[in-house]
Amino acid sequence: MSTKRVENLEGVIIRFAGDSGDGMQLTGDRFTSETAMLGNDLATFPDFPAEIRAPAGSLPGVSGFQVHFADHDILTAGDRPDVLVAMNPAALRANVRDVPKGGTIIVDTDAFSDRTLQKAGYPANPLEDGTLGDYHLHEVALTSMTVGALKGIEGVTPREAERSKNFFALGLMSWLYHRPTDGTIDFISKKFAKRPEIVEANTRAFRAGWNYGETSEDFAVSYEVAPAPLKPGTYRQITGNAALSYGLIAAAQLARLPLFLGAYPITPASSILEDLAGRKEFGVVTFQAEDEIAAVGAAVGAAFGGALGVTASAGPGVVLKAETVGLAIALELPLVILDIQRAGPSTGMPTKPEQADLLMVLFGRNGESPVPVIAASTPSQCFDAAIEAARIALKYRTPVYLLSDAYLANGSEPWPIPDVSELPDISTTFAEANGEPFEPYRRDPDTLARPWAIPGTPGLEHRIGGLEKADVTGAISYDADNHDLMVRLRAQKVAGIAADIPELSVDDPDGDADLLVIGWGSTYGPITAGVRRARREGISVAQAHLQYLNPLPRNTGDVLRRYRRVLVPEMNLGQLAMLLRAEFLVDAVSYTKVRGRPLTARELEEAIATMAVAA
Amino acid sequence: MSPGNGLVQLTAKDFRSDQEVRWCPGCGDYAILAGVQSFLPELGVSRENLVFVSGIGCAARFPYYLQVYGMHSIHGRAPAIATGLATSRPDLSVWVVTGDGDALSIGGNHLIHALRRNVDITILLFNNRIYGLTKGQYSPTSELGKVTKSTPLGSVDQPFNPLSIAIGAEATFVARAIDTDKQGTAEVLRAAAAHRGAAFVEILQNCNIYNDGAFDVVRDEKDNRLYLRAGEEIRWGEKGVRMRPDGTLEIVDASVGGLLRHDPLRDDPGLAFALARLTWETAGAVPLGVFRSVPRPVYEDLVHEQVRATVEQRGQGDLQALLRGGDTWTIA
Repeated sequence: MSTKRVENLEGVIIRFAGDSGDGMQLTGDRFTSETAMLGNDLATFPDFPAEIRAPAGSLPGVSGFQVHFADHDILTAGDRPDVLVAMNPAALRANVRDVPKGGTIIVDTDAFSDRTLQKAGYPANPLEDGTLGDYHLHEVALTSMTVGALKGIEGVTPREAERSKNFFALGLMSWLYHRPTDGTIDFISKKFAKRPEIVEANTRAFRAGWNYGETSEDFAVSYEVAPAPLKPGTYRQITGNAALSYGLIAAAQLARLPLFLGAYPITPASSILEDLAGRKEFGVVTFQAEDEIAAVGAAVGAAFGGALGVTASAGPGVVLKAETVGLAIALELPLVILDIQRAGPSTGMPTKPEQADLLMVLFGRNGESPVPVIAASTPSQCFDAAIEAARIALKYRTPVYLLSDAYLANGSEPWPIPDVSELPDISTTFAEANGEPFEPYRRDPDTLARPWAIPGTPGLEHRIGGLEKADVTGAISYDADNHDLMVRLRAQKVAGIAADIPELSVDDPDGDADLLVIGWGSTYGPITAGVRRARREGISVAQAHLQYLNPLPRNTGDVLRRYRRVLVPEMNLGQLAMLLRAEFLVDAVSYTKVRGRPLTARELEEAIATMAVAA
Repeated sequence: MSPGNGLVQLTAKDFRSDQEVRWCPGCGDYAILAGVQSFLPELGVSRENLVFVSGIGCAARFPYYLQVYGMHSIHGRAPAIATGLATSRPDLSVWVVTGDGDALSIGGNHLIHALRRNVDITILLFNNRIYGLTKGQYSPTSELGKVTKSTPLGSVDQPFNPLSIAIGAEATFVARAIDTDKQGTAEVLRAAAAHRGAAFVEILQNCNIYNDGAFDVVRDEKDNRLYLRAGEEIRWGEKGVRMRPDGTLEIVDASVGGLLRHDPLRDDPGLAFALARLTWETAGAVPLGVFRSVPRPVYEDLVHEQVRATVEQRGQGDLQALLRGGDTWTIA
């Protein structure tokens, strides 16, 4: 352990930034794992370009990974990094404006040449022209020290030796923040097991980085961040997409149904397909379809056959599925559609988060086609949301949209691992013949759900389709009154789910707030952090967060009308605000930012303060 | 084959649903429906294990008229839906009924991928070379110059040959029949149903309202039918098919000898493709019957084999262990 002076910190935000081929995501992941093992609360925000290997040294090629860890419960990956690790001039230039004055910047000086400076658009070397005077600048010859440390390892090319520099940086940061190192050493030996010389290289680079911190006079102080008082239990860190995959496997088990995922590769949803494709021991069948339409079509086919049918995509894929979702609404079959939202319209910014698909999934279909919509609010909450989406789909025989986004998909946080025996039973029953003529659209009087009669059941042979059906019998019907009835029945069925979901809870500690802040989805972290900051400034503000967007919780109107002012922060141009205004005639005010980045706690604190003063 | 439900031998009547059939009087679909209903009893699959999936179009109403499980879905998507159903339920006998617009225009992508995957489904494509349900626009199989409501000056689109597409899409079973040819249709259906994997059957079907007489040359003129029969010479009337030294086919007087013998099991699809290119226009006859029928592993078998092998290797998945996987830490 270090022999230098040690200071204690409550929390730190670190951003690793480099070329998209520099291994910054891996470095960030490893640092996060070390941090998790230490028991800090944490949140991460990987932020990378869509290009796999954008031109080296260019601004568009910069890949970043931000991790926020603390000795207390935290809600976001942090607005602004306290520490920036910049592996080249482009990484510095793309990120330095986010670092507050007085922040720490660590750069790889070996990566600063006339050519790389020019590529990054620097007219002069920022390490020399005083522009970084307001920061604690650590100039570290990362690459050359890495190469030096790796001398003599047989079979490692000079290029490979240079590429180990991310482990040098990781070692240095691990020293600086007293992270445990065993996990990373173990990780390296497993990850690169096929090439022992690379194991040796990365291990040496990692140790060299740690030792550099310990011996260099440039680093006089190291920092400790004590574990956070999290609730007792066994934890792991988990990303939103992994939590969705696990949630789907769990949902299928809890429903005692086979899981069928139809999907087409699309950022940022692909990892769900990849993850589930590797879980065949759970009987999961994954189908990489020829297109988004076939992906959802196959899921509908599987659902007709009695499987838990799921499709996963992002906005540009979900919009293609709309017609098939309409079919599933008419068929009244269970189906779960995951929309991992990304910045749009069209291809937009594939790796960047946004929450602008809300109105699309609510209304983007022909005809009166109501569909339940729920939204996950944190990475780990994606697990529960997947089970809940499946529960509603199965119980009410309806497609259900589950909204996540690129921030939740790739971001991670500690997750108290649930006890499987405490998860809800969401099983349902298939129809069986009872000697009477089968009526595929005779509804359960409570749920208005129709029977799920799967092929292979003798006596229940029946035909369903997208044409309007006669109430009860399900025969084709063009009868005017029947259509009006069926339209209303389908709407009532979905609206009725409000009785089967929790009421909207409000966090209003003072009980005298005039202002309510209400959001949905991944803004939960930033909004809650912003609310906390505002309260610390003495502002009285209430907060509510919607996990159900359709139907809305049954007390939503009451909650909204309880407050004089309502603020709705969203990463779109006010889609939830429009719904709330239309539904409840409240003068909800939007706060919107559509930057392809999470909202920041600071801007939300300011928005709350402004609104509270106006109130 | 055992009777359908294990007890009673079913008849065509048992496969008629209570729905009123609503095709135009004189439509070729009636004959196909009757043919399928009379064939299903001999299939030996009980009614509850039969599923007919369709898309949109006149042909797509087919499932409503069969007393089995059915889904009348959306335009072009039936092969995708059937793929999901057949993959998750390999115990079922899954059929797709489609038309030339449904299968070859809006659903072309799903069709070729179902075929190349070799999903165990039987696809019946009713080809009438016209859009019927939308009242008479040209279809992807309409001939060049076809005058329709949407092509008042004649179509300028090169038409598809459905069998060429199927063979090009790596189909393992490809056949053709005519709606009114009861015996020929039954033979083809029998072979298609017996085939494990994707079976593609084009049925020439007359739309007497919007494209009457499209196939008269072979529907009415039985002499112009070239029935392909395994092991037999490829010939009709006094004519036959021979292969030139350069591999192309030529039509010759049958008496000259050296005619090709039909072998649907031939692994190389080249000859089946060449036979599919023989048309009334190019050969003066229309080949019918099974062009190609080759064994290949079936998609859902491979899918479930991977599941089985993984379970054998790793044991049945343990959800709690999955959730606890990776690095964990405990807070007391």
